[in-house]
Amino acid sequence: MRSKKTIQAVIRNLIAWVFSAVCLIPLLLILFNSLKDKKAAASMNLRLPTLPIQWENFIKVVEKGKLATSFFNSLLYSAGSVILCVFFAALAAYVLSRNQTKLNKVLYLFLVLGITLPINYVALTKVLQVLHLNNTALGIILLYTSMQLPFMTFLIHGFVAKVPVDLDEAAVIDGCGSVRLFFLVVAPLLKPAIATASVLTFLNTWNEFVSPLYFLNRSEQWPMTLSVYNFFGMYFKDWNLVCADILLTSLPVLLVYLLGQKYIVSGMTAGAVKG
Amino acid sequence: MNKNKLYPRYFAFGALIIYFVLFFLPGLIGIGYSFTNWSAYSDELHYVGMQNFKTVFSSDENYMKIIENTLEFTLITTILKNVIGLVLALLLTKSIKLLNMHRGIVFMPSVLSTLIIGMIFKSILDPKSGLLNTFFRSIGLDFLAQKWLVSSELAFGSVMAVDIWRGVGYIMTILIAGILSISSDYYEAAAIDGAGGWAKFRYITFPLILPTLATTTVLNVIYGLKVFDMVYALTNGGPGKATTEVLYTAVFKKFGTGQYAVGTALSSVMFVIMIFVGIYMIRVMTKNEVVE
Repeated sequence: MRSKKTIQAVIRNLIAWVFSAVCLIPLLLILFNSLKDKKAAASMNLRLPTLPIQWENFIKVVEKGKLATSFFNSLLYSAGSVILCVFFAALAAYVLSRNQTKLNKVLYLFLVLGITLPINYVALTKVLQVLHLNNTALGIILLYTSMQLPFMTFLIHGFVAKVPVDLDEAAVIDGCGSVRLFFLVVAPLLKPAIATASVLTFLNTWNEFVSPLYFLNRSEQWPMTLSVYNFFGMYFKDWNLVCADILLTSLPVLLVYLLGQKYIVSGMTAGAVKG
Repeated sequence: MNKNKLYPRYFAFGALIIYFVLFFLPGLIGIGYSFTNWSAYSDELHYVGMQNFKTVFSSDENYMKIIENTLEFTLITTILKNVIGLVLALLLTKSIKLLNMHRGIVFMPSVLSTLIIGMIFKSILDPKSGLLNTFFRSIGLDFLAQKWLVSSELAFGSVMAVDIWRGVGYIMTILIAGILSISSDYYEAAAIDGAGGWAKFRYITFPLILPTLATTTVLNVIYGLKVFDMVYALTNGGPGKATTEVLYTAVFKKFGTGQYAVGTALSSVMFVIMIFVGIYMIRVMTKNEVVE
């Protein structure tokens, strides 16, 4: 009986390792080959990089791929949409959760419907033209904001319900108006939700490339994801450089993932599981 | 306390306006443009009735194949992500060493950009020098070394496989949360009654995570119908004629060639379908929220 259990445990651990390996190997492949020279990286295998480690791959790729520009573009788009999206989503979620009139309920459902709806990119060009937002950073930031508002509102809406209304009443008795009530009393209590929403918006925006593909014609405006793809098109024979570029592009996302895993998991599973 | 004064509706206006103008409005006017001859080459717009929709649904064009592909992609990835995700979730809620590390690693592909995953797998699935075929050859299974992304029989399956690789960790994570929310009392009672592992799964775990599985199914269906990036990054609709083409890669190509009216007609078909999917999804998701 005991040995049967031990065998079961060993098998379980083994299977877990197999799955982890399947998920990890492609990433190790990138890491290893980004440290090799052109010839060694050409076959894209899992052999460990030999000495000397080719650190200059990273320097080369930053220069050739104009990574500094695209890094700042990505940072601008991500930071801009995090600020706008989380700010407006929190305000909307708060009011639509606290004051559930018939109209507000309809407005909430209308907003949340956007989680499923696809964007009509073709017709969107018309709207952007009319608003003079075509090919502008502001346009792309507002676009990312609009794409993510539905989910982030939904996410924060669930948290607002958990903040006791008694607090609001006490604050009103102490003389708080509606603006101060939200910013000084409720918003600080929504910190976990706001952190989660910020991390998710950042990740989504950093990884997204479809909107720039449609709406940013000039390569100086491209975010990192798109410029790495373009780089791949030009230098597809230099896998060491392509891997270095991929690694640099993914690094911010992986860092945020490692630091904010708790928030990401709680946000991505929000609403999916009754707590 | 006057609620309308304390929680003024204008707080929600910022979100509503941005969402309406840049997200919902294009969907609406897109339906309007579907009835015109809008293209990069037409100076004036003319009403052309149902012509674009006739093109989309006609048998001489390739669009039915594209719609079939999209549905096939959705069906297969939804089923496999749920099944594999469930197996992983069951495995990674047992006593295993380094449990959190395993969970973290399996989830990791979900946070990477699809475009980057596409590039990595283009290398791994390369027929000649790719890691996968090199591996098969090295263990003597040469017959398994196939032209994954290049042959028209295998390309679509390969795209779906990579998409499952990427998305299964996310589904697993949701299902783990679902399994962990089941009260341990049930399992203790079942253990006293002498239930084995399978009986516990069959009569406790499975029925109690059905609502969670409903949610993951809806999420997968929404994702599958809207899929663009994975296909674009791996095959861009090829090889050959539309073997892996899905709706949104087709829309992107119409956009690229300036055939805006057909592109927006295709988008609009999806827009209308998704409104219904969306209403169903909101029912599923807000039900969970209320129970909370």
